[in-house]
Amino acid sequence: MDYVVELLDIRKEFPSVVACDNITFQLKRGEIHALLGENGAGKSTLTNILFGLYQPDSGSIRLRGREVSIPNPNVANHLGIGMVHQHFKLVHNFTVTENIILGSETTNGLFIDLRSAAARITELSNKYGLNVNPHAKISDVSVGMQQRVEILKMLYRNAEILIFDEPTAVLTPQEIQELMKIMKNLIAEGKSIILITHKLKEIKAVADRCTVIRRGKLIGTVDVASTSQETLAEMMVGRKITFTIDKQEQVCGGSTLVLEGLSVRNNNGVLGVKNLSLEVHAGEIVGLAGIDGNGQVELVESIIGLRKVESGKIFLKGHDITTLPIRDRLNSGVSHIPEDRHKHGLVLEYTVGENLILKIYNQEPFSRRGLLQREAIAEHSNRVIQEFDVRAGQGAATSARSMSGGNQQKTIVAREIDRNPDLLIAVQPTRGLDVGAIEYIHRRLLGQRNKGKAVLMVSLELDEIMNLSDRIAVINNGELIGVVDANDTTENEVGLMMAGIKRGAMA
Amino acid sequence: MRIKLSKDSILSLVAVILGLTAGAILMRLTGNSPIEGYRYLFSGGAMNIERIGNTLATATPLIFTGLAVAFAFKTGLFNIGASGQMLMGGLGATAVGLTLAWPKPILLTVMMLVALFAGGLWGAIPGWLKAKFNVHEVVASIMMNWIAFWTVYYAVPAYFKGPFLETESRRLPSSASLKVPWLTNLFQGSYINLGIFIAIATIIIIAFILDRTTLGYELKAVGHNKHAAQASGINVNQRIVLSMAIAGALAGLGGASFYVGFASNMQIGVLPSQGFDGMAVALLAANSPWGVFSGSIFFGILHTGKGFMNAMTNIPPEIADTIIATIIYFAATSVLVERLWVRLKKKKILRFLEKSDVGAGGGE
Repeated sequence: MDYVVELLDIRKEFPSVVACDNITFQLKRGEIHALLGENGAGKSTLTNILFGLYQPDSGSIRLRGREVSIPNPNVANHLGIGMVHQHFKLVHNFTVTENIILGSETTNGLFIDLRSAAARITELSNKYGLNVNPHAKISDVSVGMQQRVEILKMLYRNAEILIFDEPTAVLTPQEIQELMKIMKNLIAEGKSIILITHKLKEIKAVADRCTVIRRGKLIGTVDVASTSQETLAEMMVGRKITFTIDKQEQVCGGSTLVLEGLSVRNNNGVLGVKNLSLEVHAGEIVGLAGIDGNGQVELVESIIGLRKVESGKIFLKGHDITTLPIRDRLNSGVSHIPEDRHKHGLVLEYTVGENLILKIYNQEPFSRRGLLQREAIAEHSNRVIQEFDVRAGQGAATSARSMSGGNQQKTIVAREIDRNPDLLIAVQPTRGLDVGAIEYIHRRLLGQRNKGKAVLMVSLELDEIMNLSDRIAVINNGELIGVVDANDTTENEVGLMMAGIKRGAMA
Repeated sequence: MRIKLSKDSILSLVAVILGLTAGAILMRLTGNSPIEGYRYLFSGGAMNIERIGNTLATATPLIFTGLAVAFAFKTGLFNIGASGQMLMGGLGATAVGLTLAWPKPILLTVMMLVALFAGGLWGAIPGWLKAKFNVHEVVASIMMNWIAFWTVYYAVPAYFKGPFLETESRRLPSSASLKVPWLTNLFQGSYINLGIFIAIATIIIIAFILDRTTLGYELKAVGHNKHAAQASGINVNQRIVLSMAIAGALAGLGGASFYVGFASNMQIGVLPSQGFDGMAVALLAANSPWGVFSGSIFFGILHTGKGFMNAMTNIPPEIADTIIATIIYFAATSVLVERLWVRLKKKKILRFLEKSDVGAGGGE
């Protein structure tokens, strides 16, 4: 069999954990081979070993049948291995060409030979259908284009084996389609691709074979065409997963949150949210869809009170809260699951118990006349920990920093939902979590809706938006492109709206 | 919590031991016996009741300034202005003590209150500048040090001039001094004064505020993560001003304990070094109130004993200051010590695993 890469019996231990437990992974020439696993399963460790960032404790690496050692990424590059990182490594005020040649500049005497480099980039771009303008500045091009620049970077260095690390996390559905086309072009030209992902749909769409790992152990390598999504999911998680969410029909109540012509400045001082009007009713989940950085952050911060409103009004249950201080908003029934749990969600130095009272510490019975009431706090946190199934080694006394991301997020979700808010704002509530925790948090959000509370959910994951929302509001460049009924739209339509194309304007 | 505390104290002890070792090497290099040197250094600080009294009296202002730095640090603020806050506290107390002729208990109470508010004001201003205009508190409080310095430079000769010297204030009457005869006699004529009791009471109060009150909870939350604190409805800017005001008030009390307790008049042209030593104390104490107490006593011993060491041996008294400085370096780099410690521990575990063969096939 013609394997370009063989990772044989790779073992890598870190103190207290075996990240790769004798894993064997073989990549055929000209195939797209998906590497599937939950967060922390060992995907990154395995690819980092191939890319020279880690050394295996035992096992061997074979390239085109020859055993090699890869002590660092430079050697990996030299051997024709290239990696598109999840977070792009580009210099924003450089052009595409300058970024691509960075580190391997060809010179003309003292000068960099930009012209021939640009010509070569154009040639590569045409060959693989990348459609990249070599003279554009990175800061002016879209995220999808930036990713293609990263791909070109590898091709420019004659990479034969391409590793894509969660490449679709930052893309719109249309850009994902494009990327898949590009990947097909690449293998048609004889390249081989390792695709790291936890999205089953993409694997089904593009991959030839799939290797599943779970908790550092190889579960198996399967042919994608003859394996169902359900089977893949079961291999990944180790148990059956329900994909469909039970969402009973429900009559909405009055409007809990009303935004009227809201404009908010972003950190650069320009309007990040422009004249946006939106209503969220009691008993519904409104999903706010959009590509990252299109005003979602500014919008949420203005509702919470972290950001000043430039013009327009915010009403909660009929009361104008536009200028209320944060605490008054919280006390009038707003809860917030923040995007960045370490920045806005938790005080990592505090214990779980202390974090659970972060918004109620000044209320009876948790404090009286300025004195904390330890017993009441302990009782409260023990109850919440149990009710929300937060797994904390030392109970309420566990330091928040020492917990897993999933349990940190559960702590926040518990704190915010336990306050029984009329309006719950959840921003990327499942980012970076494993399937089990995602399932759990989705159930909790639905629970709020079913109890007749309003939920505004901001997410970059279109699947999450489509599955949970009753209505979907789409934001692009700070403007509300439209609000559609979740039962009455398609992923494609929402995707186009995310790109700024209004409903009805489509051909 | 207890685990963390003991880890901090171990690190502090390691810093002290390393500092003393460095001092020993220095003594050796200057051709003296370290054992002799340390014997005289420590007996100079603690060999009889009078010297113990002096050690406590030297430690008193350090306790206050140490608390002033540690408290602000809990809210994530670096109060480098304890010297200026001390000066203003001392000036306020001295002014009251030299002006009013009230009965001692009332007069002392008023003097301490004035010191508290003067220092508090001096801390609140950088706090306010930080909250309002985002001026870094380090810059602002250094500037406040010099404003205090020149205020004293002007005010003392202008209003409280002594009979002989332009450069110092009149001596305080004994009714306006924190020194009390019974205490002075008990410690056989040392500098010890009521300040030490106020200092210990203050430690108890500060520890209580930080541990048990909603205010302490808020301040620490702001210090650890002001974004999360803000998102939870805590008024971060207000807490910053309050934290700096309390820190300033603590240093102001320290100023009173120094100028109307340890000393009995104010000299111009001096920024009290205790303000800066307070940072060292807080660092060594890892910002814990009772750690500040132990650190201050330790530094008090070194300061009191260095003269005796110098008198009995050929070791220059600067060695004691060098030891303090070295301890500060080791305390500041305690992260490195900790990392080393963790690495050693890991190695031990790995070796254990290899030996007992538990490691194979482990995982989860």
